[in-house]
Amino acid sequence: MHIIDRRLNPSGKNFENRQRFLRRAKRVVEQAVREASRGRTIEDLEAPAEITITTEDMRQPTFRPTPGSRRDYLLPGNRDYIEGDLIERDRSDGHGVGSGAGRGGGKAEDAFRFVLSREEFLNIFLDDLELPDLAKRRVALNELDELRRAGYTTSGSPANLSIPRTLRVSLSRRIALGRPKQQEIELLERELSEAVEAAALETKAEELMALQRKRSRIAYLDPLDLRYRRFERTPKPVTQAVIFCLMDVSGSMTEHMKDIAKRFFTLLHIFLTRRYKRIELVFIRHTDTASEVDENTFFHSTETGGTLVSSALAEMLRIVKDRYDADEWNIYAAQASDGDNQESDNARAAELLQNGVLPLCQYFAYIEVSGAGPDIADALSLTSRSSLWRTYSMVQRRGGKLQMRRVSRRAQIFPVFRELFQRRAAKETAAP
Amino acid sequence: MSDAALFSGREWDFDTIQRIHDAIAVVAQKELGLDTYPNQIEIITAEQMLDAYASIGMPLYYKHWSFGKSFAEHEMIYRKGLQNLAYEIVINSNPCISYLLEESSATMQTLVIGHAAFGHNHFFKNNYQFKQWTDPDSILDYLAFAKGYIASCEERHGHGPVERLLDAAHALTAQGVDRYARKKSFDMKREEARERERMAEREQLYNDLWRTVPEKSGRAKRSAEEKRRALLGLPQENILYFLEKVAPRLKPWQRELLRIVRLMAQYFYPQQQTKVMNEGCATYCHYCIMTALHEQGRIDDGSLMEFLHSHTDVTRQAAYNDKYYGGINPYALGFDMMSDIARIVCEPTEEDRAWFPEIAGTGDALATLRHVWANFRDDSFIAQFLSPHLMRKWRLFHVVDDDSAKFLEVKAIHNERGYRDLRRTLASQFDVAQNAPDIQVVDVNLEGDRRLVLHHRVMNGRVLEPENAQLVLNHLAYLWGYEVTLNEIDAASEKLLKEHSAKAPA
Repeated sequence: MHIIDRRLNPSGKNFENRQRFLRRAKRVVEQAVREASRGRTIEDLEAPAEITITTEDMRQPTFRPTPGSRRDYLLPGNRDYIEGDLIERDRSDGHGVGSGAGRGGGKAEDAFRFVLSREEFLNIFLDDLELPDLAKRRVALNELDELRRAGYTTSGSPANLSIPRTLRVSLSRRIALGRPKQQEIELLERELSEAVEAAALETKAEELMALQRKRSRIAYLDPLDLRYRRFERTPKPVTQAVIFCLMDVSGSMTEHMKDIAKRFFTLLHIFLTRRYKRIELVFIRHTDTASEVDENTFFHSTETGGTLVSSALAEMLRIVKDRYDADEWNIYAAQASDGDNQESDNARAAELLQNGVLPLCQYFAYIEVSGAGPDIADALSLTSRSSLWRTYSMVQRRGGKLQMRRVSRRAQIFPVFRELFQRRAAKETAAP
Repeated sequence: MSDAALFSGREWDFDTIQRIHDAIAVVAQKELGLDTYPNQIEIITAEQMLDAYASIGMPLYYKHWSFGKSFAEHEMIYRKGLQNLAYEIVINSNPCISYLLEESSATMQTLVIGHAAFGHNHFFKNNYQFKQWTDPDSILDYLAFAKGYIASCEERHGHGPVERLLDAAHALTAQGVDRYARKKSFDMKREEARERERMAEREQLYNDLWRTVPEKSGRAKRSAEEKRRALLGLPQENILYFLEKVAPRLKPWQRELLRIVRLMAQYFYPQQQTKVMNEGCATYCHYCIMTALHEQGRIDDGSLMEFLHSHTDVTRQAAYNDKYYGGINPYALGFDMMSDIARIVCEPTEEDRAWFPEIAGTGDALATLRHVWANFRDDSFIAQFLSPHLMRKWRLFHVVDDDSAKFLEVKAIHNERGYRDLRRTLASQFDVAQNAPDIQVVDVNLEGDRRLVLHHRVMNGRVLEPENAQLVLNHLAYLWGYEVTLNEIDAASEKLLKEHSAKAPA
């Protein structure tokens, strides 16, 4: 007999089958995930989720006979009946004959519950969203590990031996232990050869002997001294992206509007962290002047003043020029505003966007938040477009990178987000 | 040393398992006379048990989404605590592989080894159904081949087409088993010898008179049809076999995939037919083994109690009006029948002597049981060995639910007049072939549109569920490549009850 311990075998034997199942059920799972995510806040979007799907596409049909017109049951535990007894059909509780098993089985197959892991949930949620032009110049498909110098180590391969560092250690050790120098010995030898008095000769000889003994005891180069160059593997940032979050913080933006904007930026961040290894966020707020601030200030402090959108665009251009070379970074920008802008500034903003910002960006998303009672806002927005919206839509016609959406309620963020980042092919067919 | 207790407490290690196995092997061989394949015992975790569930218990299996689905299903049930995991899974292979769950106590491992590694093992090796239809020596190699072959097909032809074909084949697995051995074709030498023999016979019996007898009218036409059917081997109830051999548009790799699905269905078919016997045999064996070990002092009283607790759980049969009633429990029925046979053999009553003259009072219970285990399957076993004593103990009764009647009728109970009816009814409930629909390929329109014609012979008005039938038929049409028609014909009146048809996808 053999006993085999299989417990240490790699787990997840069914991973592939599960993947196939999810792929098969893609349409319904996506539907279920969409429904599940609608009820969730951004913070717990990343928790594992139990979802229910219909098994329409995953039926495993077989030829099954119906019960037929006459059914025979053989049951145990008869206490009351004798041959020839008639039992009324309706009393299903008493005899429980016939109805339960068959019909219940059919129902159970229609709905199917199971748990999606966090990864699976997010993957599916974000799956049919894809950023445009992911293939930026610097994007390499294969991930590369890069070796980086990281100080010195006492062990390593001979090829990595650092001679200067080894000799430096050796020198300090020799000094510390007082190893006689070559010159000292040579000097003593010369003195010895020149000496004439016997006593002096003897002491000199002894001195020389002592020096030579000490010198042979203390090595010039000890294994202790060896220093090797140390390398660490670090993932090479093959893809990096920077997100510019632009927001109007003038008095007309209420807390509610900012909250919506925040949710939008957060989601954008979650989404991009899954696509890029390294992501930087730049927050630019503006009234009639623009400045780069940290996240907390961005969302929580208020300023007063007029509104000049062009100032934010100019600030963004300046930062890109300073820090984010367009050859090395994928640049994304998302702007949230209530749509107010000084009429005189519109032309300049359009010009900056058209010629300055859009050529640099992978993508520029503009969402216009409205804070008033949602229904009124929707009604208004249909009739009168804001000045910024009109300005941007002129630019939009000429370039595909700019996307604009209007949001007034939290619940609208997900759909808007999805629309904004839907795969290009799908976008062309779907009406905005 | 050999009489010392095998273990104490619930903890065990591999030495314990080895000791337990060796002790049981002695009992199994000397007292029960079991004849088993060598054992291979594998310890697995709960997750691996769930994995095994998903692949029908097999250690390796090809990839398909349906296994992922059943895994998700079992996992959900298990995580919610709705159901315990099985203590073991045993595979009909040589060596016989038993999976034991790591969480079980030493007593449970003993029980499970007795149950699976000896009870089931003996049954697999000796029952005629398994002997005839399965090849335990090569099953694992074949599974490895199937897995590799299907993976290579996926690489070469893409996941989509392979999945499509497997879906279609899975829908027809129940129609992919042989119930009777197929005729073996003769080799050329024997064919020639037979032909010569016939020729000689004809020469010997030649009579010129036969030439003058007028021919029956319409015979030529019928013979063309018959010839065509004979050529295609029709009628054929093994639809997967038929498609594999005859379907005009399948590529060689597709035929091979059909063959894999068909052979796996065939491999599992005996297990469906012997559920009661297989579990009865294993349960009876573990019961004998545990009590014998206790008598020898190799397991203590506490262990025996733990064993009995679990054993009675497994062999519990709820009454029909109990809220836990879920049909006849095959463990309970099997174990009770085996115990009952042992009783009849050793201490028969007058009634037993009248009902079972061949075995009553012969004295060697295990010899009789081994004979039973080797030569019956569920329906024949019940039809032969369900005794009046057991029917009274179980208080069986037979209820008829006829749509034309206003009431359900109790047709028989456990009395002198009812015994034979009860036994026949129970046996037919376990007759797999009778409960499965009888569907056969009967004809192919070779001259015209190559339409495939199937007949379902309907018993007691049990027509097919139309929705499912249509879906399966779509799969069938995909495999056949042309239109497919299924006629449902009442077996008694030969009336056409229903007609389904499906066109092949373009």
